[in-house]
Amino acid sequence: MRIGVFVCHCGTNIGGMVDSHQVAEEAKQFPHVVYATDYLYTCSEPGQQEIQEAIKGHALDGVVVAACSPRMHENTFRRTIERAGLNRYMFEMANIREHCSWIGENKEANTRKAIELVRMAVAKVANNVHLHSSLFDVNKRVLVIGGGVAGMQAALDCADGGLDVILVEKKSSIGGRMAQLDKTFPTVDCSICILGPKMVDVAQHDNIKLYTYAEIEEIAGYVGNYTARIRKKTPYVDWAKCTGCGLCMEKCPSKQSFDYHNEGITPTTAINIPFPQAIPKKAKIDPEYCRQFTKGKCGVCAKVCPVGAINYEMEDEIITEEVGAIIVATGYGLLNIEELGEYGAGRYPDVITGIQYERMLNASGPTQGHVQRPSDGEEPKRVVFISCAGSRDVSLGRPYCSNFCCMYIAKQAILTKDHIPNSDVYVFYIDIRSPGKGYEEFTRRAQEEYGVQYIRGRVSRVFPKGKRIVVRGVDTLLGGQMEIEADLVVLATAATAAPGAEELAEKLRISYDGYGFYMESHPKLRPVETNTSGVFLAGACQGPKDIPASVGQGSAAASKVLALFSKDQLASDPQIALVNERRCIGCFKCVDTCPFGAIEEKELRDGQKVAHVIETVCQGCGLCTSTCPPGAIQLQQCTDNQIIAEVEALCQAWRERSSG
Amino acid sequence: MKARRYAYYPGCSQKGTAVEYEMSARAVAKELGIQLVDVEDWSCCGSTPAHTVDHLLYGALAARNLAIAERMKLGTVVTPCPSCLIAFKSALAMAQNAETLEELNELINLPFKGTITAKSLLQVIFEEIGVDVLAEKVEKPLTGLKFAPYYGCILTRPPGLAQFDDAENPVSMDKILAALGAEVPDFPFKTECCGAAFGLSRRDIVQTLSAKVLEMAEAIEADALVVACPLCHQNLDLRQDQINSYRGSRREMPIFYITQLIGLALGFSPKDMGMDKHAVSSEDVLKKWEANLKERTE
Repeated sequence: MRIGVFVCHCGTNIGGMVDSHQVAEEAKQFPHVVYATDYLYTCSEPGQQEIQEAIKGHALDGVVVAACSPRMHENTFRRTIERAGLNRYMFEMANIREHCSWIGENKEANTRKAIELVRMAVAKVANNVHLHSSLFDVNKRVLVIGGGVAGMQAALDCADGGLDVILVEKKSSIGGRMAQLDKTFPTVDCSICILGPKMVDVAQHDNIKLYTYAEIEEIAGYVGNYTARIRKKTPYVDWAKCTGCGLCMEKCPSKQSFDYHNEGITPTTAINIPFPQAIPKKAKIDPEYCRQFTKGKCGVCAKVCPVGAINYEMEDEIITEEVGAIIVATGYGLLNIEELGEYGAGRYPDVITGIQYERMLNASGPTQGHVQRPSDGEEPKRVVFISCAGSRDVSLGRPYCSNFCCMYIAKQAILTKDHIPNSDVYVFYIDIRSPGKGYEEFTRRAQEEYGVQYIRGRVSRVFPKGKRIVVRGVDTLLGGQMEIEADLVVLATAATAAPGAEELAEKLRISYDGYGFYMESHPKLRPVETNTSGVFLAGACQGPKDIPASVGQGSAAASKVLALFSKDQLASDPQIALVNERRCIGCFKCVDTCPFGAIEEKELRDGQKVAHVIETVCQGCGLCTSTCPPGAIQLQQCTDNQIIAEVEALCQAWRERSSG
Repeated sequence: MKARRYAYYPGCSQKGTAVEYEMSARAVAKELGIQLVDVEDWSCCGSTPAHTVDHLLYGALAARNLAIAERMKLGTVVTPCPSCLIAFKSALAMAQNAETLEELNELINLPFKGTITAKSLLQVIFEEIGVDVLAEKVEKPLTGLKFAPYYGCILTRPPGLAQFDDAENPVSMDKILAALGAEVPDFPFKTECCGAAFGLSRRDIVQTLSAKVLEMAEAIEADALVVACPLCHQNLDLRQDQINSYRGSRREMPIFYITQLIGLALGFSPKDMGMDKHAVSSEDVLKKWEANLKERTE
């Protein structure tokens, strides 16, 4: 074997703390190495050219680049050697930057470590074999999970691009959080007026198949060929017949159901359509409160329904859809107000959340757009907003900023002044975070034009005093404690991961952070990709974000799917597990271990059962290889023999050093 | 009933200003089948003076007592005083670090492993006896009395260390008092500060902060405040006179220890519960209670 070694300086990133030249000189002594050199920026065009010339000039059949993490440039160099005629898998990278120069403070020791890393990489590449990708067909349909503004945007862009879209929404109507909002910042546009047309577009698009009141049961398969099992929850109403006339709601005698759309400010009927602009505008029954279910008799809705759509016997339905890619847009949840004991939340009726206040401001909300104290229905004269209620709070395990609260507080403060012109409005804040376009101007307008009192400081306690609520906090600019007697207190409760986010992540096999928000593939450069090929993210499921950012991500995710589907076939990664059928004893421990369901039982001609890896499903994680008792299953390009060769090379280095 | 044995560390207040807490705590524990075995030769837990001066010394003072308690092999040390409790919990948290544990061992010259559990007597009653059992044992319910449960600052905080009840809205005493038959309105100042040890150096702070607690109890029309901390009791009861002259008020709000009220309900006499040891007389409240009881039985 003829191996070439190329050691990068990466300017001073590596060169400052590792003697790259010495590394290259030492590498010349290693077995199979016929050429070694160092260069300032190996990834640059001349750097790559040098590799290609060396492959030709020295008849190399294996290449080692000692530079940064393979996560950065492995693909770059694979393409480089491929262009020079080598198989792209006859290549290894020694990470002498992240694993060496960036972390060690002793240049001499770093250099020694770099030499050892290169030596291991050389030993590995000497055992590499030519691998070849195979091609497989792509199913050009896309599943979008979540019908909020991000999911709707993604669905519309994909559908406009000619793809068949399956849109699944948990609630009975699409629209998500944005449908709950009264106005949007900083333009103070009517939220449903700008969202409504999009919702109609989704409903009427020929390429979009909409499943509302439905949830993902199971996802199987791999990029290009996913199978989704979807549970259509029963609404106990035949939606093919239901016209959304609302007569059932008018007549329903049970009026105790939790009204999710109105955040529980007032209850709703057991049979309900969530809001006037709902899409689809169909009724569903909440069996927890419906008298037909709780008492076994009622049947009022069935009697009044002019089209006979009510069906108490209806059951959940499981549907299977085949798709090639998935966009996850499941949005966010809000912190349970009762976790904020110091604000008396959950105990004092006149301490409410921002989203509840938003519903109250809305003309089609539970109070028809009149701001009222939940305790006595009176119009509040003094409203206090508390920002960061549960956000930026290490003691609650939520140190992050919820992103959009500063802005919606400013908006709600302005709206309060519009609704109740002679009211006093106070905002307690830590910092005003308004970095969007037109955002800073907006928060200043709240203060300067509308006279909203901004107090920099946190609130320590909220407690009732007669009919009013006292908000006690600190004013850090004046340097003292202050108390405000308010009529209504609005908490900007922290944005959290959507309920059930973690379970869905397990089904999709994507990762999530400590708070339950989904992890993007790279925080800067791959913001809508996940580490599971073919699964993309949009909107606040990845972290709290406002409407423009969510819409942007929806479009971004759609463009990623369109790019993926621009090819009829995809190439599989050949670095996967492979079973040596002669060694396999058929214990199938690997089948149980594989997190991707990529291993199946296979019967040989002699009737013996062995494990078999489904090439396109295997992600090359290697779990099976460490489970297999006889070592019959091996991860290509990371075989036991290759690992042993690397360890051997490292031990050899230490033996040489200790013997002097 | 299963016999429960615990190492018992009374703390200095129990022997002085809070002698009625000690009397009632021991009596109630015995009645509830909680056997308190005194830690021999116990010394100061360190309290506020130690941790404001030297954190390691603070740990060592507590560790000495914990080391003796560990030797008793009872698994848990119980103290009625939140300040002692937090000193113990701090020392046990410090002992998680092997290096610090070694330093502590060196300082106290006793084998200290840091494996014992520290709990307040309130926690033991609330979590291990439970309000249901307590309710069953009530002989003279506290019917018709309205109490404001006051937890103070460190019984449940910092939450990471205290590991008991809700840090901002604790409910253990609320539930106990309700089980005893008392009326327990929502008391918004449950965890406000009474001024604590500032009673010595900045009396005005205690007079302001404790006054707010008393005023709030009065605002919710409570007959009395209920505490589980000797220092809170001292500030609210012993200094109530000072607070009155400082604020120009004329309030007489009795301050009970939670164990005193449990004892009353279980059938102990007011005298056995040390009701006569308070600075602010509880006579009126007790008379009201006795009248209520009489009315109930007739």
